[in-house]
Amino acid sequence: MSDLAAFREQTRAWLAENCPPGARGPGEVPTGSTKVEVADADTRLWLERMAERGWTVPTWPTAYGGGGLSAEEARVLYDEMAAIDARPPLVNMGTRMLGPTLLEFGTEAQKKRHLTRIAQGRAAWCQGYSEPSAGSDLANVRTRAEDRGDEFVINGQKIWTSGAQTADWMFALVRTDPAAPKHQGISFVLLSMDQPGVTVRPIRLISGSSPFCETFFDDAVASKDDLVGEPNHGWTVGKRLLQHERSGQGGLGPRSGRSQPVGVTVDLDPAETALRYLGSEHGRIADAALRNRVIDFKMASKAFGLTQQRAAEENSSGNAPGEATSIFKLYGATLARERQDLVVALMGFRGLGWDGDGFSDAEVGAMRSFLASRAVTIYGGTNEVQQNIIAKRVLGLPD
Amino acid sequence: MDFTLTDEQTLLQDSVARFVQNDYSFEARQKLVAGDPGYSPDNWRQFAELGWLGVPFAEEDGGFGGGAVESMLMLEQFGKGLVVEPFLPTVVLAGGALKIAGSAEQKAAYLSGIIDGSVQAALAFAEPQGRYNLADLTTTARSEGDGWLLDGYKAVVLNGPSADLLVVSARTSGQQRDRDGVSLFLVPADADGIERRDYPTVDGLRAAEITFSGVSLGADALLGEADQGLAVLEQVIDEGILAVGAEAVGAMEVLYKATVEYCKTREQFGQPIGKFQVLQHRMVDMFMEHEQAKSLVYMAAMRLDEGYGPEAQKAVSALKVQVGKSGRFVGQSAIQLHGAMGMTDELSVGHYFKRLTTIDNLFGNVDFHLKRFGGR
Repeated sequence: MSDLAAFREQTRAWLAENCPPGARGPGEVPTGSTKVEVADADTRLWLERMAERGWTVPTWPTAYGGGGLSAEEARVLYDEMAAIDARPPLVNMGTRMLGPTLLEFGTEAQKKRHLTRIAQGRAAWCQGYSEPSAGSDLANVRTRAEDRGDEFVINGQKIWTSGAQTADWMFALVRTDPAAPKHQGISFVLLSMDQPGVTVRPIRLISGSSPFCETFFDDAVASKDDLVGEPNHGWTVGKRLLQHERSGQGGLGPRSGRSQPVGVTVDLDPAETALRYLGSEHGRIADAALRNRVIDFKMASKAFGLTQQRAAEENSSGNAPGEATSIFKLYGATLARERQDLVVALMGFRGLGWDGDGFSDAEVGAMRSFLASRAVTIYGGTNEVQQNIIAKRVLGLPD
Repeated sequence: MDFTLTDEQTLLQDSVARFVQNDYSFEARQKLVAGDPGYSPDNWRQFAELGWLGVPFAEEDGGFGGGAVESMLMLEQFGKGLVVEPFLPTVVLAGGALKIAGSAEQKAAYLSGIIDGSVQAALAFAEPQGRYNLADLTTTARSEGDGWLLDGYKAVVLNGPSADLLVVSARTSGQQRDRDGVSLFLVPADADGIERRDYPTVDGLRAAEITFSGVSLGADALLGEADQGLAVLEQVIDEGILAVGAEAVGAMEVLYKATVEYCKTREQFGQPIGKFQVLQHRMVDMFMEHEQAKSLVYMAAMRLDEGYGPEAQKAVSALKVQVGKSGRFVGQSAIQLHGAMGMTDELSVGHYFKRLTTIDNLFGNVDFHLKRFGGR
């Protein structure tokens, strides 16, 4: 038996014994926030057991709380988790985005301090990137960080900060040299959300939920020890993090944790929804036109999954994703949005609910998720920005 | 799913790629299309010498022992060069039917000739009334003495004009569209009672309409079991879909890259038109369509290699739908972005578009395979 096959057997046996029933199937996935109590006991236990093995972040080095697995072993772990429908034990911006970036750019002290806490589910992170005047033109950030010896003092405003209400820490792009050209005066810093200089205000969206916030800095403080990379060279670090973000949004990573757009609470399967609302005829979806839309969607999803896998294998250089991640973001986001379009279309007038007793929770949730999913082709770089990146960096078209 | 190639597969892919790049210019291809027999017998001999004509056949039959993945790799390269040599009709279709259903004697009689390049073959399966339904047959074969008597009409027989051997589907029992009662026959192209009308198709290839009038065949002409030929035919056509799907992926790659290059150099309003965002985004979409189609071709090849059945059929239909849509989008966009130049016969772009258009119509178009994927 190959080592990998042996690893698969051991993993399967361990998961069978250690993944509690309440951690399988749909349900809560902890973010690691110290401000949120995980209600379900099984979910808590699952996080605890996985964190103990470092399998919350299976490919990170064991020195920083990871599992020390190879990419192939991690794939086996995800496959086996998917086979028993196990939820990811922990998902947040620390595991998916900041962690991989710190592994590449962080100092030994930063890795020890921050990565271990992320791996164990003891800190949730948010992303201080967008500002009112820095959306698609991200390098236009104006939030000012002044060098005061041992620390930076930060003033300004971020917007569209996902999960800022419950985050313990923020990674942020801040301007440290206002005189330099815009890409060259930016630094990448880490700061605590629990300090007097930080104020968070949620933004209510058309879906009725408030997954995004405004974050205001009024003499907020970041320690010099928490500057990642060189001062004024934060754009390089920040761009790399975006690549991790985009590959995650495309749905790379654990299959059992197929990435959902922010704010989507009900994520129904189109084929099942179609059979439920349209009925079947000879075992297939009764309405021919909608049946074709479901099939089209299934084929496109399948092709996209394969394209991701193909790209991952072709890019055998390692785990660091490159510009091709824009492809995943662009296509994955479009598909994720279409999935919600399709579910609402399949529900017909049952998909018009907003509140009250007339509609089931799933129906109301589907409509609200449909609305929430409009954001997925905007955040993390709009589809149009991704197309610009692919045109220039992948196809080599002129600037 | 494992997308990595073995060393042998990479060697095969490289050798076909080198041939297409170095020895198959668009100008040379157009000369072949304009002349007779519509392809180069010299190239065909070279294919035989390189062992390419034996790739899908078993080693005990003199082949290379390759599978669907190997066919896919070759055809993708052929697609890049719009190769006109009749690999699809001779090796994939007619050869495929022999590979699946042939007896030891039949394989010995014909496969060695296909592999060494001395035999050209064609699969005569389509009839005017049948559209994409392989079982809808008015051609009949009735048993007479030890053998069979073949009557009927076959349309758009690819490579019909050059074929020495025809593999013909005919009804041997049942009603016109029944699944049972379809049989396959090996018919020498020069048999008495065969009449042929040859013509070029829109993509520059050659085909024929063939009439069979009381063609007398021996008992050994029956390929596979009597009345059970449809399953064989379906498998062969699905392997054909993989082949043209791979060709389409190759063609799309050439088109999106040619379009990118053109837009970098073509200047209007004092700058390369490739600077215009609306054109850049269109090219990104072309690139993405190519990548998606390529993924489904890989999946179909792997499913076919795992064994022929419902999973493989679904994968093949998904591939055909994607290739139909992507091919139209990429082809149409390539012409659009090349502007009026894209419409000229002189430029290769329009010829790739023609081949992609043909491929969508071969073996069931987008609508047909959407239905097939969804369950009959």
